[in-house]
Amino acid sequence: MPDRIAPLAITAYTATCAAGRGSGAIARALETRSGGLTANSLSTQPLACKIGRVDGLEDLRLPDALASLDSRNHRLAWLGLDQDGFRERALALRERHGASRVALVLGTSTSSIGETERAYRELDADGHFPAAQRRASIHQPHALGLFVAHALGLAGPSLTIATACSSSAKVFASAARMLHLGLVDAAIVGGVDTLCDSVLFGFNSLQLVSDEECRPFDANRRGLSLGEAAGFAILERTPQSGKVEKGTPLLIGYGESSDAHHMSAPHPQGLGAERALDDALARAGIRASQVDYINLHGTASLHNDAMEAALIARRFPATTRASSTKGWSGHTLGAAGILETAISLIALERGLAPGTLNTRELDPVCGPQLRTDNAEADLRIALSNSFGFGGNNCCLAFARGDEA
Amino acid sequence: MSVALELAIEGIGVCAPGMADWSAARDALRSMNRPDTSACTRPAPALLSPNERRRAPDSVLLALAAAEQACAMAGQAPRELPNVFASAYGDLAINDYLCAVLARTPLEVSPTRFHNSVHNAPAGYWTIAAGCMASSTALSAGGATFAAGLLEAAAIVASEASPVLYVAFDVAAAGPLAAVIACDVPFGVAFVLAPARPEPLARLRLQFRSDAAAELVPLPASLHALRERNPAAASLPLLAALARSEAGGFDFALHADQDLPASTLHLEISF
Repeated sequence: MPDRIAPLAITAYTATCAAGRGSGAIARALETRSGGLTANSLSTQPLACKIGRVDGLEDLRLPDALASLDSRNHRLAWLGLDQDGFRERALALRERHGASRVALVLGTSTSSIGETERAYRELDADGHFPAAQRRASIHQPHALGLFVAHALGLAGPSLTIATACSSSAKVFASAARMLHLGLVDAAIVGGVDTLCDSVLFGFNSLQLVSDEECRPFDANRRGLSLGEAAGFAILERTPQSGKVEKGTPLLIGYGESSDAHHMSAPHPQGLGAERALDDALARAGIRASQVDYINLHGTASLHNDAMEAALIARRFPATTRASSTKGWSGHTLGAAGILETAISLIALERGLAPGTLNTRELDPVCGPQLRTDNAEADLRIALSNSFGFGGNNCCLAFARGDEA
Repeated sequence: MSVALELAIEGIGVCAPGMADWSAARDALRSMNRPDTSACTRPAPALLSPNERRRAPDSVLLALAAAEQACAMAGQAPRELPNVFASAYGDLAINDYLCAVLARTPLEVSPTRFHNSVHNAPAGYWTIAAGCMASSTALSAGGATFAAGLLEAAAIVASEASPVLYVAFDVAAAGPLAAVIACDVPFGVAFVLAPARPEPLARLRLQFRSDAAAELVPLPASLHALRERNPAAASLPLLAALARSEAGGFDFALHADQDLPASTLHLEISF
């Protein structure tokens, strides 16, 4: 088991998804149980499914200095940076520490591959990319890191983690290590993923996409709904005293593991997921019984939900509330980690334990922890689960600020 | 200035045209002869069964071949090691396939090729083949991918006081992407990194610096061209120092953005 770590302060956070732009809008959508899933109108050929699409990206124009990196993913990144005053907070952080002393660790699964897809649809007579798409920097996973570094003027270590649907959860682990080792003075973490043909037709080929709104943990669930999201957070070391400004939430633990089982199906007994959970609890120095709320991976795929529900049922007391919020946003893939971190922090801050949207009849494998209804509750500690293809797992642990 | 991380190199693996393993690479780097980069055999990692090898994407074969060499040299069981897989582009041949099919007949995308298209496919295949349940990361950082991956791996070594497998690789671009992405040879390199200890294969010291990267240990001209042809070949100066047991320092620029202040990962090697 890993040793306990010192908590890190999350001094700013934001998220944008189909359910809302910014943490206030997302909190209202959660409270009023207003989901953002709509009929798919985005794929270049018809595909009958619901998607969590962020409106307005088609009309968003990037500033001239960033125009050469234009893509749907970067428009969403720009829109995301604009919420909750995040960009101003990030620029102030850069002024305080220096551009080279702030790490930038972002997660994505498909980055700007939507632009590569477009280039292939528009090949010229010789089979070459059209001139406007001969942009090496856009056709690679780190396009996201390059864009945000440029947008915020950051010059420290910058990397893009791409471990499918655990990507923007693992950014917290990577940044926490750099902060604890003293390699940097602060870190901006986050993730952005946008809908494109690759994910819609790719998940469809695996028969994982539902034709209706996803119903996580429902006995009759029919698969996932895909979505898009952007989210960011600022991580800083806490003062020696351990005291932070009241209300500042804390990252208290993280756990990362592999299933060693299958490329696109989780370990049936959830052994990898459980190992990530155990590591997160150990680093946080807490017991499972102290966890008040868990934001589950809960994609509404047959195998993920069966494995995850059984894990929660065997490891947590009935007093721990657990839910999947993918009915609001869809599965936002490489951005799921940061979006669901933001939702977990909203839950802690507002004492709102979100339930599970669209789910009518819980799978009998679910324990009493699994909730469909929202509840007001005194929440002090939250976990967030993110699992990706390749059997890549990450569990994050957060605490409400006044607990420091 | 930033603190420094000190660690040990315990194992090395190389898989590149004309350098099928570390011993061939060492000979080439010692003799300063340019390896014959036209000699390109399909890597055959022993960790995969012949059947799996036949079906696996090239990126998986390349990364696993380098990785298992490094583990064998270090005497470390692959199943125990947290691992970091760094690649600037992922599998460009699979991207080429996916984008070409999506442009014509999107409903005919192969499910296997789709799950093989994730950036962490080599990491996933590695953990499955090795039975490894430790943490596994796949990352990308453009031209600074080798340095960023090395930093991530070193940070895990220092945080967990545990050996870590670090693999950097890129396969050649394919199809219309080949005219846009400057990567035309495969190159894979792997290290087992561990907490500093007496008498390692080599000692490494890593530190951030806020100044421009300098060429401290120049690479022979015969290998200079190769370094420009694959982001993972940024490791060549380090490999050359290891081949010659020559202490020295290297600077890796962390970004190429002229509008931003310079920032460098400085690395020192000693024996």
